[in-house]
Amino acid sequence: MDYFVQQLLNGLTLGSVYGLIAIGYTMVYGIIGMINFAHGDVFMVSVFIGLILFLLITSLFGGLAIALALIIVLVAAMALTALWSWTIERVAYRPLRGSFRLAPLISAIGMSIFLVNFVQLVQGPRNKSIPPIIDGSFTLPMIDGNVTVAYKQLLIMGTTVVLLTAFWFIVQKTSLGRAQRACEQDRKMAALLGINVDRTISLTFVMGAALAAVAGVLYLVQYGVVSFADGFVPGVKAFTAAVLGGIGSLPGAVIGGLLIGLIEVLWSAYFSIDYKDVAAFSILAITLIFMPSGILGKPDVEKV
Amino acid sequence: MRLGCLVGLTLATGLALAACGDSNTPEVAKEEAIKIAVAGPLTGKDAAFGAQLKNGAVQGVEDINAAGGILGKKLELSIEDDNADPKQGVSIANKMAGEGVKFVIGHFNSGVSIPSSDVYNENGMLMVSPASTNPTFTDRGLWNVFRVCGRDDQQGTVAGQYIAHNLADQKVAIVHDKTTYGKGLADETKKALNEAGIQEVLYEGINSGEKDFSALIAKMKEAGAQLVYFGGVHTEAGLIARQMRDQGLNATLMSGDGIATDEFASIAGPAAEGTLMTFAPDPRKREEAAGALKKFEEKGITPEAYTLYSYAVAQIFKQAAEAAKSTEPKKVADQMRSGQTFNTVIGDIAFNDKGDVNRLDYTMYTWKKVDGDRISYVEN
Repeated sequence: MDYFVQQLLNGLTLGSVYGLIAIGYTMVYGIIGMINFAHGDVFMVSVFIGLILFLLITSLFGGLAIALALIIVLVAAMALTALWSWTIERVAYRPLRGSFRLAPLISAIGMSIFLVNFVQLVQGPRNKSIPPIIDGSFTLPMIDGNVTVAYKQLLIMGTTVVLLTAFWFIVQKTSLGRAQRACEQDRKMAALLGINVDRTISLTFVMGAALAAVAGVLYLVQYGVVSFADGFVPGVKAFTAAVLGGIGSLPGAVIGGLLIGLIEVLWSAYFSIDYKDVAAFSILAITLIFMPSGILGKPDVEKV
Repeated sequence: MRLGCLVGLTLATGLALAACGDSNTPEVAKEEAIKIAVAGPLTGKDAAFGAQLKNGAVQGVEDINAAGGILGKKLELSIEDDNADPKQGVSIANKMAGEGVKFVIGHFNSGVSIPSSDVYNENGMLMVSPASTNPTFTDRGLWNVFRVCGRDDQQGTVAGQYIAHNLADQKVAIVHDKTTYGKGLADETKKALNEAGIQEVLYEGINSGEKDFSALIAKMKEAGAQLVYFGGVHTEAGLIARQMRDQGLNATLMSGDGIATDEFASIAGPAAEGTLMTFAPDPRKREEAAGALKKFEEKGITPEAYTLYSYAVAQIFKQAAEAAKSTEPKKVADQMRSGQTFNTVIGDIAFNDKGDVNRLDYTMYTWKKVDGDRISYVEN
């Protein structure tokens, strides 16, 4: 029992990070029907931004409390990553919006290659690391043993829940969210009714990137290491999560992320770790056979 | 319209750059030079080791050229990046063959060295790896393949026997990263352990390049592992050490030469302390290395782990070519197999018929605090 709970906790932590990245894929797909392949690399850029900011803050104001430093890093990283994503959308995607469907997709792949190489060039090819920020854990007594809960696992799950609630609120209850949902349904009609479509799309990219930045800072806290190539694996996993949950659906992305995290970890726990990705992708394939648009996705033949 | 203009501009810039690239290669002047290359993972997760290989080779070639080159000819060094990827290794091997490179210092990863060596073999190029330890590399009996480091069957035996003698009462988990090097080393250690009558409690493979090992660690904890033997490189080893500490798994990590870079300590953080590692006796402590060490120091380079091995390969090329009175790779290779002893910065070396060095070259290191808070590896 304790072993199961321990692994459940590990899976939820991993799944939270996947879920946060997956939202960026799903929101962009929802609104313009495009898969933003550069999103995984935007996430990687955000980890670097977090790393640089953290080192800067701790060396400038050494005595600052870790909690305060983290909040500053988080907010600044969200803002800067959002700026990156906004620029990418402006430069690489918006000029192609009237073009054929595959054009922005190819442009996104190009952007992904650009980001990887850019970071490699300016940050160097080696792993960058920071000392452990939040150390320590507490033990949770169970009936038949103990479960170790690291403080940073709690931080990751807590932050994920808070920010998801905030973003869900934005999408469901604010006028920006209403505009987003309108654009998703019919961009032309939304424009006729006075919605600034370009601005709404830009803001969608900004929101996706901000959540990726949250995932990035949490990733930094959890693993403490990043290199220029680190956008790929989380990017692919998060994309898988978005597809599994039903691409275009916000809660779907979160559910997909948690599921992928849990499948990976629980498979590793009880079977061979060698085959955990096989397990995750098999479940994806089986799900898509029976639910072609994912768990919470709306069937939409026209867009695919 | 604007877009077309932009595309045109990009194409034009690309062409201009390509043209620049061509005009930068003065072919006539260098015709007399001997082409030599160093190939390793300059980018990607093993970049720390690629830098070691590169630094050693650059300095080695520089010193040989300063002393008049080989048989009166200067060496021209090219630096190639294999990104720790076998496909990339084969592709740069073909590129080097096309460019007329004769001697190759490299590669780092066994999984890259092995397929690349076939390309070198077909093209009559001589390769000496400073760092690829997988037994298969030399066991295939290719005429052009040598290494100056040890073999994983030796390394695994040293590790296995160390555990059997010093830590026999501990429960051992064996983990590898599924690469030619990592799995090979883990299996050799497992073999040595099993022969000594110790059965591991867990044997698992992980994906190289991943970051989250929490599931693995909880599994090791459940199995009661007290000693974790890891076959792989420092990026994963560092994260495993770090996450073991996070999850309160109080086990000792042990690994091989793949973690012999200070980057391991910066990834693992305080958790690096106490890690055991098999590696060759530190070449920096040898008298022969003093001259080279000073030159690295002047450049501000720390010649860690395989740097001096890479330097030594350049020295061996020179001594073998001069003894053979030829710069033909085949003749140099025959000379190297003749049993001649080479005086290098890593000691006196002779090769056996396979192309392995004639000495058992592994000892146990512990990662501990040196000068203050910095954690580095110290010979036991």
